[in-house]
Amino acid sequence: MSELFNNISFEPFLLSFKLALFTTLILFILSIPLAWYLSQTKSKIKPYLEAITALPLVLPPSVLGFYLLTIFSTNSPIGAFFDKFFDIKLVFSFTGLVVASCFYSLPFMIQPLQSGFEALNKTMLEASYISGKSIFQTIIYIAIPNSKPALLTALIVTFAHTVGEFGVVLMVGGSIPDKTKVASVAIYEFVETMDYNSAHIYSAIMLLLSFFVLLSVYIFNHKQRQKFTEFHR
Amino acid sequence: MISIDIHKRLHGAIGDMNLNIKLEIQEGDFLAIAGESGSGKSTLLRTIAGLEEASGVIKIGNEVWLDTKRSIPVQKRRIGFVFQEYALFENMSVLENLLFVDRDIELANELLDMTELYKLKDRLPNRLSGGQKQRVSLCRAMMNRPKLLLMDEPLSAIDPNMRNRLQNEILTLHKKFNTTTLMVTHSLSEIYKLANRVIILNFGKVEADGSPKEVLLNSNNGQKLSFEGELLDIVKVDILLLAIVLVNQQIIKIPIDSIEANNLKKGQRISINTNSFTLNLQ
Repeated sequence: MSELFNNISFEPFLLSFKLALFTTLILFILSIPLAWYLSQTKSKIKPYLEAITALPLVLPPSVLGFYLLTIFSTNSPIGAFFDKFFDIKLVFSFTGLVVASCFYSLPFMIQPLQSGFEALNKTMLEASYISGKSIFQTIIYIAIPNSKPALLTALIVTFAHTVGEFGVVLMVGGSIPDKTKVASVAIYEFVETMDYNSAHIYSAIMLLLSFFVLLSVYIFNHKQRQKFTEFHR
Repeated sequence: MISIDIHKRLHGAIGDMNLNIKLEIQEGDFLAIAGESGSGKSTLLRTIAGLEEASGVIKIGNEVWLDTKRSIPVQKRRIGFVFQEYALFENMSVLENLLFVDRDIELANELLDMTELYKLKDRLPNRLSGGQKQRVSLCRAMMNRPKLLLMDEPLSAIDPNMRNRLQNEILTLHKKFNTTTLMVTHSLSEIYKLANRVIILNFGKVEADGSPKEVLLNSNNGQKLSFEGELLDIVKVDILLLAIVLVNQQIIKIPIDSIEANNLKKGQRISINTNSFTLNLQ
């Protein structure tokens, strides 16, 4: 058994988790204001914004990957801008993977946050404004602490979804060991080279990890709900 | 002096209407606002608070809160607001709810003492009864040391025993902090007990304005105060017939004559209107 694992490099898993961690943190910070806006606005542009943020749910990852590749390439103004002024290459690099993953996982962060904020008692938020608190303070001290289950769902599902992505990563990052070769891409390569043993081990690890991540979310949310109903007895 | 002159178009359940309210309120007044649901009472309160937009003028003493050029945001108006549904910060204890408004621990302790909530100060809101929650909400509203205290049906979800106690506390705080208080209410007893002035709104306009006695008892001005209720029973007490009516969780006994009684059916929705001396049931 130990022999079996000796030949396995865990680098792709580390890379997957590093990518997921960065993506989740960046998306969390960017999504809170956007999810807040979507939850509170009565503006006519709301459905358009909602449709745009939900696009990665329905687009084939290859389509998203293709567009991002086009935009990131140094032949496009955006890619050239980043290359020239920040010396950042977005194609076939870890940075590019993080940016691409942020697009790909956006709906998984936005949607739970938005519905969490929408479910908040409106008068509680108004009471905070009346208490002299700004929107920013209200989000930090009232909205976020009162939507913990939604927050946790958003964080964990985004993390898990980023670990599990394949198409976009392959298109934008390719498969450079230690740089862009994440676990899902590694499995694909094992299968291509008919190394089914390694593919099995990698796949089993991914399966177990994904299951326990989801299980912990559901257990937490179940407990939160129980706590809430207990108080109301 | 508080001057209000606001206009707003409302899209209500009964269709569109215009809210046109012109009011002058003396400082220290306790003004009750009554009227049927959909008449614009809550909107008036929310507009004064700055929670809803409207055109017109709102002046509090020398401060202009709203005119054609500016609208002071709700955060800067420093009012006290008590919602019907409490609106406490669920993630904070009773004491933290108060301190969130202003970190004045002395004032917080004093308010909690006055309302006998001190021993509950570390509880979270979801471990409190409705009456306790509303007392916390009232204390929280006073943490702003507001010049203006606005209350939107604060007692209509509270059981009758607790309601009496809260009425006393509201009156005590109103006097102690020398606030001007505006309270939306359906309860005649509350209007009588608390207010020194009452206005009745109808379709977005002030239909009656005066002291509770003038407004509720005077029929000469042609205005009617009307309450919706459910007729629970008609009982005979000696030679008198009494209609037992449920209005807003309050049971009211109203003497009626036998002709009226014949036209009424148990369980029926009825409206109670004032005329000069007696109440009419229809």
